[in-house]
Amino acid sequence: MTPLLSVRGLSVRFRMPHGRHVAAVSDVSFDLAAGECLALVGESGCGKSVLTGALLGLLPANAQTRGSAVLPPDDQHAAPVDLLTVGERALARTVRGRRIGLVPQSPAAHLTPVRTVRAHLGETVRALTGTRRDALPPAVAAAAERAAFPADHLGHHPHQLSGGLAQRAATALALVGDAPLLLADEPTTGLDRDLVDRTVAGLRRHADEGRGLLVITHDLAAAARIADRVAVMYAGRIVELADAAAFFGTPGPRHPYAAGLLAALPERDFTPIPGLPPELDALPGGCAFAPRCARADAACAARPPLDGGVACHHATAPEAADA
Amino acid sequence: MLELTGITAGYDRGRPVVRDMSLAVADGEALGLLGPSGCGKSTLARVAALLHTPWAGSVRLAGETVTGHRFRAPRHQRTAIGVVFQQPRLAADPRLRLRDLIAEPARATGRGRELADRAAALADAAGLGAELLRRRPHEVSDGQLQRACLARALLLRPRLLICDEMTAMLDASTTAALVALVEDYRKEQGAALLAVGHDRVLLGRWCDSVREWDGDGNPAGAELLTQE
Ligand code: SF4
Repeated sequence: MTPLLSVRGLSVRFRMPHGRHVAAVSDVSFDLAAGECLALVGESGCGKSVLTGALLGLLPANAQTRGSAVLPPDDQHAAPVDLLTVGERALARTVRGRRIGLVPQSPAAHLTPVRTVRAHLGETVRALTGTRRDALPPAVAAAAERAAFPADHLGHHPHQLSGGLAQRAATALALVGDAPLLLADEPTTGLDRDLVDRTVAGLRRHADEGRGLLVITHDLAAAARIADRVAVMYAGRIVELADAAAFFGTPGPRHPYAAGLLAALPERDFTPIPGLPPELDALPGGCAFAPRCARADAACAARPPLDGGVACHHATAPEAADA
Repeated sequence: MLELTGITAGYDRGRPVVRDMSLAVADGEALGLLGPSGCGKSTLARVAALLHTPWAGSVRLAGETVTGHRFRAPRHQRTAIGVVFQQPRLAADPRLRLRDLIAEPARATGRGRELADRAAALADAAGLGAELLRRRPHEVSDGQLQRACLARALLLRPRLLICDEMTAMLDASTTAALVALVEDYRKEQGAALLAVGHDRVLLGRWCDSVREWDGDGNPAGAELLTQE
């Protein structure tokens, strides 16, 4: 099956004062298929939000990108689009909201405070679908309905909404353009468990209806509940890309960092990985995890390639936990 | 250690966010207060930390009734409590290098020299190396800044630590690291803990007991979830 999004060798560097460079994302490759949810997990500063910014063309001016992130041709688009090179005009007119819907982090802050949810949805519906003014009310109602946003709250302003309803309003906005690809940025941060469950279930439904869903999160518990596949990022690189059931269940993670992150959960060992992640402007030459890794040895002075889903010279064998 | 009795609190003239709430944390005890966002638990934490004046009710600290909040609280009561909030960026003075941020409570009480070694040891225990300690808040990650805020809260050897959603923005490993730092400190000093949060699994694992708040601003139906 043709993927909805194909990322190859994506790197993002920031030029800093005094000739410094920050390597925020390095050589990231993955595909995302229709009906599939890929969770991109890692701690703050691991590069996952920069990656999101690159896909949406929302990076600051001092960013330099390499590689490609291609939306293949589909029924309505004859030619493939490379998100990294297509340019702001095309992104704004044909990609954001139409081919990629963004469910933003902290939705309440993303919405304009002085306007009602109805006004937000109305404007987006008009902009993306060209609906005429007289046909707007039913179109707005339908848009709200799709994200299970209650019709009797459409007249509310963002600050009058609970965290859960703000989340649904943002999701409704992301769905207006019927984009085949949804990108959710930290959708569960700061939400209570019940709300996490509902948000996760809501997002999952959109994947089950055939959309591709890319979830960026530091919340492993949420990732475990929503994802089909999981990509773990460390110091700007994907260090493990695995089937979610295998990763969260048996045989478990294969990369030492991924294993450490999972073991740190309070429902598991609750023990931290020693040390801190490296600074992205001073990455070590070999494996970036080596200073914190119990398995590190001389071989780790050479950077391990992402091979068979894991970037580690001493990865746990895939069958290990079965033994 | 801490006794809150019949606390009612709010802001301006609005409805109270906390109504007639009572809660006690024994010496050396770790109590978790679990509730959804907006239920008033952060306001209660601020009352307990002497940072917010309640409309009614009393706060007793180590058997002594608190007579004033914020700058009106006597120094020995203020320094008996260490506080860490959810958003380190709102809590940390952006002009201070991390090293000075950690040491600031000592300077403010005229004990800068006496506590210099302790500040360095805490920074080290929090995993912050010399290079990070030279940076200012905008030059470090949320996790690194929260490590510094926790070290700072522990500097004056508080007998009660109040953590309000301390790890809500952080990844699993940083969360576990901060909790381990708190627990090492409590073991060493026998300090009490009030941990406020929305993560049932985390608080259940961390605290001796967890009280659940029904989200109504009224914890009358609060139940004890775990007890070891
Ligand atoms: S390559 Fe070496 S240092 Fe890196 S994760 Fe694997 S064992 Fe550890």
